[in-house]
Amino acid sequence: MEVGLTHYLLLAAAVFLVGMVGFIVRRNTLIMLMCVELMLSAANLVFVAFSRELGDEAGHVFVLMNFAVAAAEVAIGLAILMEIFRRRRSVDADDLNTLME
Amino acid sequence: MIPEPVRALLFYLCAGLALAGGCWVAFARNIVHSAFALLATFAGVAGLYAFLSADFLAVVQLMIYVGGVLVLILFALMLTSRIEEARVSNPTIGLVPGAVVLIAVSALLVYACVKEFGGTTDLPPGEPTTAGIGDALLSRYVLPFEVISVLLLAVLLGAVTIAGGRLRKPAPGGKPGKERP
Repeated sequence: MEVGLTHYLLLAAAVFLVGMVGFIVRRNTLIMLMCVELMLSAANLVFVAFSRELGDEAGHVFVLMNFAVAAAEVAIGLAILMEIFRRRRSVDADDLNTLME
Repeated sequence: MIPEPVRALLFYLCAGLALAGGCWVAFARNIVHSAFALLATFAGVAGLYAFLSADFLAVVQLMIYVGGVLVLILFALMLTSRIEEARVSNPTIGLVPGAVVLIAVSALLVYACVKEFGGTTDLPPGEPTTAGIGDALLSRYVLPFEVISVLLLAVLLGAVTIAGGRLRKPAPGGKPGKERP
């Protein structure tokens, strides 16, 4: 069976869903960040697939933007994570409940 | 030209790598395994980019994600987690809301993929894309390009400010600067 746009879209949907469910069920902030990366990768895959399908390079440009945003997200997220760990000795999302107490 | 069955096989190989890696990231009990499975996912996605004749993006994906993002994540992991205690660092909760959201969103996405775009199967032949990306970045998309540069500069400053907060200079009065609490 020939591989077409639908295959790529379904694969991207599956990767996105895995990332989303991982984000919901895991409580370690590092793993949550990794799951965000998964979702961004899925979005990039859709961009590239449509870019190929439509013969337009705009999708590639936006994927490059997405790379920059993902790198920024990881850099800032991990910096915040390190600071949280320094203060609370934990990176568990359930421990970050100071405002609830 | 690569024959069709080999192409399909390569696609499913890359797709399986990406998807299995993704599942491993999201559901592995050991956080180090998660980080290394992320490598498999990024490699699989890079292979798919190459498959979609996005040669430039495939290389950039490997350089930025595997060379930068993943190394950064591994550093943070080694510094923050008690990695020898896989159980302590990795509880899994909220399975019921997770399942509900999974079912709802997967129904939506599969409907969109199959119903809206199900008819198109053959992709046009690919060409090298690097020159086109360069042209687009410096003509039509020059504003987003500049905005992203400013964003990266802000991120650089922000990351240094947040994570390097302890590296304060001593106060001018002569007393050494205190560490932040």
